[in-house]
Amino acid sequence: MKFAILVNEGPYTHQASDSAYQFAKAALAKGHEIYRVFFYHDGVNNASRLTVPPQDDRHIVNRWSALAQEHGIDLVVCIAAAQRRGVLDENEAKRHGKDANNIAPGFRISGLGQLVEAGIQADRLVTFGD
Amino acid sequence: MSEEMEMEEGGGAVKKFMFLNRKAPYGTIYALEGLEVVLISAAFEQDVCMAFVDDGVYQLMKDVDTTGIGMKNFSKTYRALEGYDIDKLYVERESMEARGLTEDDFIVDVTVLSSAELGALMAEQDVIISH
Repeated sequence: MKFAILVNEGPYTHQASDSAYQFAKAALAKGHEIYRVFFYHDGVNNASRLTVPPQDDRHIVNRWSALAQEHGIDLVVCIAAAQRRGVLDENEAKRHGKDANNIAPGFRISGLGQLVEAGIQADRLVTFGD
Repeated sequence: MSEEMEMEEGGGAVKKFMFLNRKAPYGTIYALEGLEVVLISAAFEQDVCMAFVDDGVYQLMKDVDTTGIGMKNFSKTYRALEGYDIDKLYVERESMEARGLTEDDFIVDVTVLSSAELGALMAEQDVIISH
């Protein structure tokens, strides 16, 4: 089956990103396809490569990046939600005159149309959040 | 995926999308950002409806004044939905009545459904995006 995943909450505060990650891993292990993971609301904070959790804790951001690299999964961050919360890639940082960007490897910033399109293309859209 | 899915002109599949609104309009950003997805979805020519349950029914309240909290008032956006061909708006009766509201309190025309009726409608959807 082809799944799309929607992550609506930030890392560490909320279980949503962890559950989405575990779901994606389990689905891939069973031979399913992950069409896209879309990060919305505070979920965009999952894409900040400046995240530094304590060493004995899981690294939620790096874990997503590794999953994208290993399985070629499309990790998409909503541009409007990301800009509100200070998550920028190189282009967006330049465009808005900011002195840095913070997007983690494997993530890309795009529009909300990517969420709707994922809903159309996938067999199931699974939402993680409040 | 529903097997009797309609085909739009050009051969692309049309899916039934429900945007389920469960949160009050202010206090958290879910309602505002949720509405942004609904507006974008109009460009994809899908079969879109919106449902309002729990505190989500407050999103449709008339005469909202946000000056005291310094937030942008986006109530009027709900009235603009019709212009995007999004005219199927459902309110759960139990949520509405539990909050002492009636249809007259809403800024747009809605269809009021019981919890069971709304549940049946949800079962018909291909995609439910809930905030």
